[in-house]
This record gives sequence, C-alpha cells and structure tokens, in this order.
Amino acid sequence: MGEAWRAAKLSPDELQKNFVEITPPLKPEEALVESNRCLFCYDAPCMHACPTHINIPSFIKKIATGNLKGSARVIMESNFLGATCSRVCPVDELCEGACVYEPFGKPIAIGRLQRYATDAMIANNWRLFEPGSPTGKRIACVGGGPASLSCAAELAKLGHKVTIFEKRELAGGLDTYGIVVFREPKEVSLKEVEMVRDLGVEVRTGVKVGEDVTPHDLLNNYDAIFLGVGLGRVLSLGIPGENLEGVYDALDFVEATRTQPIKEIEVGRRVAIIGAGNTAVDAATISKRLGAEQVLILYRRGQEEMTAYDFEYEFAKNEGIEYRFFTSPVRILGNHRVDAIECVRTQLGNPDPSGRRVSVPISGSEFTIPVDMVVRATGQHKYLQLLDNLGVKHDKGRVIIESETGRTSNSKIFAGGDCVLTPNAMAATVIAVEHGKIAARGIHQLLARAG
Amino acid sequence: MVDLSVKIAGLKSPNPFWVASGPPSNTLYQANKAFEAGWGGFVWKTIGAPILNVTNRYGGIDYGGKRVIGFNNIELISDRPLSVNLKEIAEAKNRWPDRLVIVSLMVESKREAWHEIVKRTQDTGCDAIELNYGCPHGMSERGMGSAVGQVPEYCTMITEWVMEAAQIPVFVKLTPNVTNIVASAHAVKKANADGISMINTINSIMGVDLDSLETQPHVHGKGGHGGYAGPAVKPIGLHLVSQVAKDSEVGLAISGIGGVETWRDATEYMLLGASTVQVCTGIMKLGFRIVEDMIDGLTHWMEEKGFQNTHDFIGKSVPRVSDYKDFDIMYKTIAKIDYDKCIKCNLCYVACEDGAHQAIELVSQNGQRYPRILDDECVGCRMCELVCPVHCISMIDVDRGHGEKSWSQIVAENPGIDQDWGKMEAWRKKHGFVIH
Repeated sequence: MGEAWRAAKLSPDELQKNFVEITPPLKPEEALVESNRCLFCYDAPCMHACPTHINIPSFIKKIATGNLKGSARVIMESNFLGATCSRVCPVDELCEGACVYEPFGKPIAIGRLQRYATDAMIANNWRLFEPGSPTGKRIACVGGGPASLSCAAELAKLGHKVTIFEKRELAGGLDTYGIVVFREPKEVSLKEVEMVRDLGVEVRTGVKVGEDVTPHDLLNNYDAIFLGVGLGRVLSLGIPGENLEGVYDALDFVEATRTQPIKEIEVGRRVAIIGAGNTAVDAATISKRLGAEQVLILYRRGQEEMTAYDFEYEFAKNEGIEYRFFTSPVRILGNHRVDAIECVRTQLGNPDPSGRRVSVPISGSEFTIPVDMVVRATGQHKYLQLLDNLGVKHDKGRVIIESETGRTSNSKIFAGGDCVLTPNAMAATVIAVEHGKIAARGIHQLLARAG
Repeated sequence: MVDLSVKIAGLKSPNPFWVASGPPSNTLYQANKAFEAGWGGFVWKTIGAPILNVTNRYGGIDYGGKRVIGFNNIELISDRPLSVNLKEIAEAKNRWPDRLVIVSLMVESKREAWHEIVKRTQDTGCDAIELNYGCPHGMSERGMGSAVGQVPEYCTMITEWVMEAAQIPVFVKLTPNVTNIVASAHAVKKANADGISMINTINSIMGVDLDSLETQPHVHGKGGHGGYAGPAVKPIGLHLVSQVAKDSEVGLAISGIGGVETWRDATEYMLLGASTVQVCTGIMKLGFRIVEDMIDGLTHWMEEKGFQNTHDFIGKSVPRVSDYKDFDIMYKTIAKIDYDKCIKCNLCYVACEDGAHQAIELVSQNGQRYPRILDDECVGCRMCELVCPVHCISMIDVDRGHGEKSWSQIVAENPGIDQDWGKMEAWRKKHGFVIH
C-alpha cells in the first residue's frame, strides 16, 4: 500500500479530453453572426476597459466584412500578445464586462472574436509589421515574458535594436510556462515570441542576468534597459513539514503540465492547495483533471477576500473543487511523504497597511485533514538581489516606476509587468503588455532626447 | 370576430394574402400546400410561350449577417408544357372552390396568340387572369414582359386584345422599371382592365464575386440584370402603389406586391391602397407557413384598432401621401433620450456629429460617456432615433408658437421669398426658425 497516495491514472483518452483547450475556436459562421451582433459603438466602453486599448469595434467590424488580416493588424498594433490575451484575459472583468450588451446578459464574445482573428494570423503566417528604419540605439530587455516581448516589439517597430535576455530555455515567461494547457497551448505563446524575433529582436535564451551577463555589462553596453523579470517561484509557507515529499510549488506543477507529457504527471488522491488566487485555481483544476479524487483549496480568509477572478472561482466550483475558507495550515504531517495537513481556524482581524484585513488564528481550533499532496500557491519571490545590483528603487522587491513612462529611479532603466509596483493592478498578461508599451514609449523619448 | 375577406375586381378572397406568380406557384403540389397553409389566393406562375431556364437563377443580398434582405432572379416563366399547367390549374380550382386561382399569362405580342391563351386559361375554371407585363429579364428580350409594360401604348393594345376574349376579371401586373408608373396604370385603365398588380421586380445586378469577378448570379461566367425583390424593395412598392391609389383617374383595385413578408408589411400596403397583397420571396425563403402569422397578426391588429373588415382600412393612409409644398413647415420635433433604456453605445452621437447637425454632446460621468441632446441645436431630423439600437430616442413635438404654415402659404404670403435669401433670413428670424 506504499503507493496508496497516488490517484489512479486516467486513460489516455480522458487525459487528452481534460487537457485540450476548453473554449473551442469560433467557426467562420459563428464569427460572422457574432461580429455582426457588435453595434460598432462610438467611443466604445470595451476599448476603454481594455488595458491596451485595442480598437475592438474596428477589429470586429473587419471580421464582419471579411477583412481578417486587417482585423489581426488592429489587434496586434495595440497588443503584440493579442493571441495569448484573447485566451487568457479576464474578459468578464475587462472588455466584455464593459460591453453595452452586458446588461442584457449577452455581451459580444470579444475574446473569442479576437482569437478568431489572431488564429487566422497564426495559421496564415501573416507578417503584419516591419522593423522601423534603424536608429542605431541598443536596448536590453531583461526577462523574456510578456512585458519584455511587448516592449521589444514596440521598440523594434521604432527602429531600435533590442536584445532580450531570458534565463529559461524558452521565452514567453508565464505565457509559455505558467498558463494551464486547457486555457492556452504553449505554441501560441511561442508563436508570439517568433513574431517578436521577426521584427529583428534578438532573443537570447538560457542567459541569466547576474550570472552569465552582469548588470554592469548591460548598463555599459546598452542605451537603455527594460526590466521585465516578473516574479520568482512560490514563497515557502514557513511551516514545519514543507520539505516532505508530495509538497509542490503551484507554478512548478502548472509548468509540468506544459513541458512534460500529461500521462507522466502524477497527482495525489487527496490534494490540498494553499491559497485562493488564480494560480491556486490553476493548480486545483489541473489536479482534478489529472484524476485527483478530492481537491481542497485552503484559504485563511473568506470568499470576499479571495484574489481569484469571479469566473475562476466559478470554474473551480464547476470542476468540483472544494473550498475551505478561514483555514490556515499550521504544519504538514507525514514521515517521508505528506499524509495530512494540520490547520487552524481563523477569523478576520484589523486591516493591514494595504487595507486588507488580516487573518487571526483562533487558538484551540486546530484540526487535521488527511491529504496525499500539498500545493503552495501563496505568492511569489521577488528578485531583490538583481534589483539592488542594478540600483533601482523598489518596495520589498517590487520596482517603483513612473507610471506614465515606466522609468525607474535610474533614468536609463525602465520596468514593467509583474515585477513593478502598481497598486490595485491585476497580474495579467494584458497589463504586462501595456507596461511594455508604456516603457517603449518612455525609452523612445529618452533616446530621441539623447539624439 | 373580424372579417379578413376582401372584395377585389368582382371577386371575393377569403383573406388578403395571395401567393404571387413565381417559383412558389409553379405546380398543383404547391397550390395544394399553399391553400392548406391558409393562403387566400394563388397566382399561378406565368404560363405561355415555350422557354428554357438556366442555372443558376437567383442572387441574394445579405446585410449585417442577415441573409437575403434583397433577392433577384433571372428565372423565366413556367418551363412546363402549357397542357400540363392548364390541367393542374383546373384541378386546383376544383379542389379549392372558396379560394382564388389566378393565372399569370405571357405570350408573344400577337392578337391571336393572346385570344387563344385567354380562352384556354378561362376554360380551366380559374377565377381571374393576370397579365405579366413586368418581367425585366429574358422575356423582355423577346418582346414580352417589361418590353410591353414599359410602353403605355403596348399595354393598352395588348390589354384590349385580352379584354376581347376574357370573360373573367383581368389584372395587369405593372413593371416599376418606368419613369412614371401612373402612365402605365392609365394605359391599362384605358383598355378596361379590372385590376392592377404591382410591382413586378426591379432591374438589378446583385453583386460581383470578389474572387472570380463574376456577377451574381452568373450563368457559366456571364450574368446580367435580373428582377430585384424581397424586403429591401418594399419602400419602392409602397410608394408606387400609393401613387396609383392616389390618382383620381385610375380607380382600379390594386393587388400590392414587393417585399411583403409579414402581416405588418401587408397591412402597410393595404393602408396605402392595396386590397390584397402577393408574396413570393418571403415564401421562397421561409415557406408557405408564413401566412399563419400574417392572418393571426392582421386579425389582432384589426381587433385592436376596431376595424371589423378589411375595407374599413384599405387605403386609409392614402390621403396622408402628400406633397412637400403642403407639409406644415412650422411643425417641430426634437429628440429626447430615455436614459433608463440608453446603453451608452453613442451611435446617436456619431451619427449626429458626423452625418447630421452636431446637436448631441458626449458627457463623461463615472468613467462612462453618454449622449445628451442639445435642444437648441436639434433640427429634429430623426437620424439619432433611427440608429439607436434600443429604441430609447423619441421625437417629441415642440410648439413654435406660430401655428401651422406650409411652404405654399409662406410663398403666397411672402412674395419672392423663394428667390431671395435676404427675405428668407428675415422670415426665419421673425419666426424663430433655427437652421444648422
């Protein structure tokens, strides 16, 4: 019974079914009907709600007239990661939530239409943009995630020579490694990387800034630097038992489903996810779809305080994920492998400096839940050392920037994406893309002034 | 219980809904199906001279993803032998004695030919004849169809030949492909026809295929004009019917045709002077079953309006068809937005701003922008109301305080105002008449 922790493997057919993109592409007839439903609003609220301000009525109208290439161009000129965003954007919170038809209960399927146009772009290998005439300026983008890709693409269109330094084997950041497969296959993210390369951007993978290249080298050899390093691995819980076998980092777990054959990934029969954000939902739903019998999300605050989007919460509930609110882990139990998690009940206390109410353990309320696997999804590490080496000001590892230009405390260094401090901003690809655009404009202005 | 029956040209139709001459009225099978569905009359697809049809025959116009809002065809008259058609017509009439079977005819422009076809047709026991002077394609190249309808003298001549032989009512179906359709109506009145069917289809080319560069429809790469029909032509039909209905000399019963698909379309035709309506494209798209709601909807409308029978409202809107010079220029409306319904799409704003009179402004509130009518700038044109997707704009009456006044009256009272901008502006100022 030594292997009793392991959930029974699902059949290859079931696994295939569970890990295929959930939302099917629109058929041409569906796209025609849906695009014609769009009112072509003037000064459209969807456009205002889009962090990258895609001219949504324009790209939808072009689908309706059969001008798919023009449609893709409109999307990509505002958002170079438009194919990924069409799949992973929280559209309920953004464009579709703002649609004038939303109060009627049936907003235009903007995300799916955007995917329709960008899928056509990918399938036909349309080259929609050309590099600008060379300016002779060189920019280094540190990190190969969405913020850097967006920034690099915009700079390349302006004629600057851009090099992206990515420590991993593949560029794309979380779009490549961190999105659940049934939301976006990684090929879409890699295609976007290829399109950035097509603009003449050099993408150097397997190069770690701070080890293979020093910050000093970058500052000396480039006219400007963009920091799009994102965040690191998931923070440890700081409780006993974290080193037991069967305790995972949620990002590693998601990444495994994107880099390894699904059938080789093992999951426990009973899985506890610590944390209730969007990554927690990812880890939970993957566990379930891999065959876990019971998946619990343990959260030390209540439903109101959760950071996951409403649609993610709904999705998790529909997938059969069970939530245990006001539950905080105290220790992970087991000899060699995890076999239970001890928790304590909590209640909300006073607000912390950020305004969020802290959770307070209720002493004596400890209890134990038998589990076979624990996944940490409780926030990520910050790259403090790199930031300090570059000499940019930060707040506990989040880079402080000027919001209009993306400029850091060092006038030559700009930053964007998850690594910057933006109060109340959601961590989403679309936000990183906009940060990249803003910084590209900031860098362009800086270099134009430098002459 | 309201009475939907209609008296027309000495005939009684159980309801005003007829199947128009065309592809849906080609066979006995279709006649039976149509009458089972509830149609009051059935105008048999034109019989007459031998022909051969081509493929393909039809073209459609789509708008905003909605298919076939306009339709055209280059199909000719019946390609089945005359004897087969006549036998089936007789059977149809025999089986459906309380319905009207009307037969559309077209032969070469010879007196004997018309006499013969009229006699053979009325021998079937059918209720009436309709003369097809309208088909704009194919037959017209052989001197028939609209080639006749476009020359008033030919209309009179051939109708006279028909009337010599006819012992049952004769309708003449007019082509809209003329400058003045009232002249065509006068021509058939002169020949003592019993009624007018109008309109036949309109000359059209439906489109060009942007891949093959062929016109639509095409026959092995070649295309040409065909007859345009369907919902898009209704306004043209309504106008032409009203012109003939209004004319004091014509005085013939009218069977209205052109884009009728619902009871609403039918009722509009009837209000503008048609006693019955005929439907072809609507059936081609959706089947004979559409008559069910036509009967049902008209019944409810008549009940609501208090009309006991159809003749209580046929032609009731004709007197409202007037001339510009007699319109009340002092009548003023301005747009009003119902903000409970407004969805802030701002389509009214852009329509007014770019295409009309810059009388709507966008107001920002709580991060949203919404339209606001500038009452003093609004000229009451109604563009905003038309583009609003949720019908939240209405035009409300504003009293200028100067009573009613038509252009004719203004010109009579202010000699030279129609020639002199100075006089015009003085008048406008005096009457607080804002332009934009």
